[in-house]
Amino acid sequence: MIISVFLFEGKMGKKECLLTEKKDVKKAEDEEKKKGLVEVFIMGKSYHVPAGLTIMKAIEYAGYKFIRGCGCRAGFCGACSTIYRIENEQKLGFELACQKLVEDKMYLVQLPFVPAMKAKYDIDKLEAGESTILTLYPEIARCVSCNTCTKSCPQDIEVMKYIQMAIRGDVTKCAEISFDCIQCGLCAMRCPADIKHYHISQLARRLHGKYLAKKSKNLEKRVKEIEEGKYDKELDKLVKMKTDDVIKLYKKEGAESQY
Amino acid sequence: MKVVDGYPEYMWESIKKVEETRQGRIGAVIQALTLKEREEILNKFHPDYKIGTKREVKVGANKGDLIYNEIVDLLEAKPLIEPKDIDLNTVDYDVELLIIGGGGAGTVSALWAYESGVSPENMLIVTKLRHGDSNSMMAQGGIQAADRPEDSPLIHYLDAYGGGHFTNKPELVRTLVHDAPLIIKWHEEIGLMYDRDENGDFVELSGGGTSKHRLHAAKDYTGMEIMRNIRDEARNLDIPVLEFASVIELLLDNEGRAAGGIALNMETQQYYIIKAKAVILATGGSGRLHLQNYPTTNHYGATGDGLVMAYHAGAKLRDLDAAQYHPTGAIYPEALVGLLCTEKIRGLGALPVNRDGKSFVFPLEPRDVESAAFIRETYERNKGIDTPTGLRGVWLDTPMIDEIHGEGTIAKNLSAMVRQFSRFGIDMIKHPILVFPTLHYQNGGVEINERTETGIPGLFAAGEVTGGVHGKNRLMGNSLLDFNVFGRIAGIYAAEYIKSVKIGKLTLSHVERYNKMLEKADIKTVKKAPVILPDYRGERAVSRALDIL
Repeated sequence: MIISVFLFEGKMGKKECLLTEKKDVKKAEDEEKKKGLVEVFIMGKSYHVPAGLTIMKAIEYAGYKFIRGCGCRAGFCGACSTIYRIENEQKLGFELACQKLVEDKMYLVQLPFVPAMKAKYDIDKLEAGESTILTLYPEIARCVSCNTCTKSCPQDIEVMKYIQMAIRGDVTKCAEISFDCIQCGLCAMRCPADIKHYHISQLARRLHGKYLAKKSKNLEKRVKEIEEGKYDKELDKLVKMKTDDVIKLYKKEGAESQY
Repeated sequence: MKVVDGYPEYMWESIKKVEETRQGRIGAVIQALTLKEREEILNKFHPDYKIGTKREVKVGANKGDLIYNEIVDLLEAKPLIEPKDIDLNTVDYDVELLIIGGGGAGTVSALWAYESGVSPENMLIVTKLRHGDSNSMMAQGGIQAADRPEDSPLIHYLDAYGGGHFTNKPELVRTLVHDAPLIIKWHEEIGLMYDRDENGDFVELSGGGTSKHRLHAAKDYTGMEIMRNIRDEARNLDIPVLEFASVIELLLDNEGRAAGGIALNMETQQYYIIKAKAVILATGGSGRLHLQNYPTTNHYGATGDGLVMAYHAGAKLRDLDAAQYHPTGAIYPEALVGLLCTEKIRGLGALPVNRDGKSFVFPLEPRDVESAAFIRETYERNKGIDTPTGLRGVWLDTPMIDEIHGEGTIAKNLSAMVRQFSRFGIDMIKHPILVFPTLHYQNGGVEINERTETGIPGLFAAGEVTGGVHGKNRLMGNSLLDFNVFGRIAGIYAAEYIKSVKIGKLTLSHVERYNKMLEKADIKTVKKAPVILPDYRGERAVSRALDIL
């Protein structure tokens, strides 16, 4: 399989003029700075793109059309995990392509998929006990506390800390610390102990939400009223009411009356 | 261009004015508009009311109706496939229930079809990106449900109907508000983490056009919290999902019943024939069509495919002459243009202010009214702030929130927002953010009844692809509610329908018929639809100035 088909549909067209020609590197670099362009390497291939674009928009500017590696484009879905290294730097970077600006000499690759299976369970048959998570995901006991997961999290979540809470059986802490997880999977791809962090925290949050969070009494009462049909007649009346009469009622009871 | 704390130097004169006027704004009463004033401002400034943005569709069930140009372009485009090229004799998937779309509505409907007796191996969800990639995932602010003692489903009804300018289908509004508390209860049971007070009751805020605190939130990740939980539930049940496959046309049988669809494997370009006894259309919205060139908050796949497919098959559409522009989309920095800045920011007390630091509108008008007021302030009164790429916006004075509710409120309640702006050097706890209306929601769509039936036997529809629930303007917190309520109903009634139906011979004759109609109407176009994904290659990746008035 050709990787460019797998990841994106590439088409060059007009952008060909932006391809690097390495005849006179120094001169070219000076010109670029003037034009506000930076050089990025998309899976090793050089393209010159405007500074100030996100990695995602830069890849598109270079002529690619995403199939994988692009979802909400707003930092909520974790589809565009990107690994990069700036030329001659030691460290690898981990970011979401839609949330990180391109930098000069950035080498980019996107992670289109994470092979990390989740445990199957029936939430109704679990208990929010100290060993529930450990039973379903025994590999968490292998955590070596290297903190690589935390360092690779684009959401800056204290991933290792919530894994420690899971090991300890503190479901609520694990749920709370992990709450902002967008499930991009970068943690799981980096973990030397093969832990699937984002699946583990999903379980913790469900256990907390279902079994440990206090329940709403107001909701309980309202659900009972609805099931008893308390509002049915009045609602039917509203549905059949002439629009002018509803407008009168809206002015009296609805949003307009409140301001 | 010198940048200080994330903003170009030239903006600081205006930011200083916002800071100077902040104390005076806290606690000050701002008058809301009356119904009559709302109407006036909408007529003059809202994009829905601008002349030339819509035209009459020349073919199909809505012939003669006014619909946004960009949507008519798709309805009048040539179908993506040629019926004669498709081999209907080899069926790749033979299931009872085909669900098109793996977002909120599709996933909820799968869970409730399962509850109603359809086994996982007899279902198939087909989705163009990954399971869960959807606008549902991105909704931040909350979900409405009238469950506080001082509130009631009746008041929720009035708010939703009034917010839609009394153009909604009343029986759909009834279902929406009636089922709302039941949905929250279901969410409790599957383990969603809503914000609660020390007694376990929900922390509820108001959105624009709601008269009571009714919004249930999970920080500002409400949609994500719902989506990832229902997806987890679907995965536990082994409900099959075909990802990176886009359904591009519905299949009918020789009796005109919905009988499956043609899916395109977007990576290999192969097509699959999916035969089904019932189809649930849950393809979501169309923000990526960029009506009027507006930026959008929508996810990458929101291209209105469901409207096109359903229309080819003869379904009726409604309210597609109205689109929702969310008043507060980010307009700066460039990387965030179009990003939704949740209505919850205003719910918590932040006010929109102009370049002089003056407040100019009640902060919680229904979304269309609020947007119209922003457009007036920016482009007619010329009190907006220009961005370096030529866009314009007004300030949303976020630091007011901590001044009103105490330090730490923003960090705790708006962690997604804080994180997103801080990635680009802007601290919204200390400084205001720059916003402008952004294309957000497809108010209308495929017409349904309270059983989510579309008029084509066996074709059910739920979520943003449908029309009627919200009329011509949706209120905040009613879309998360919509896909839960109507996704559930679609799953239940589709499961019931499946029991008695026998599918005949598969056909694409409706597409042939549609082609003939296009020919007869003498429509000349090179466009093909559905479009599946937007194209941002080259210069299109960069956002540019809007021609507003």
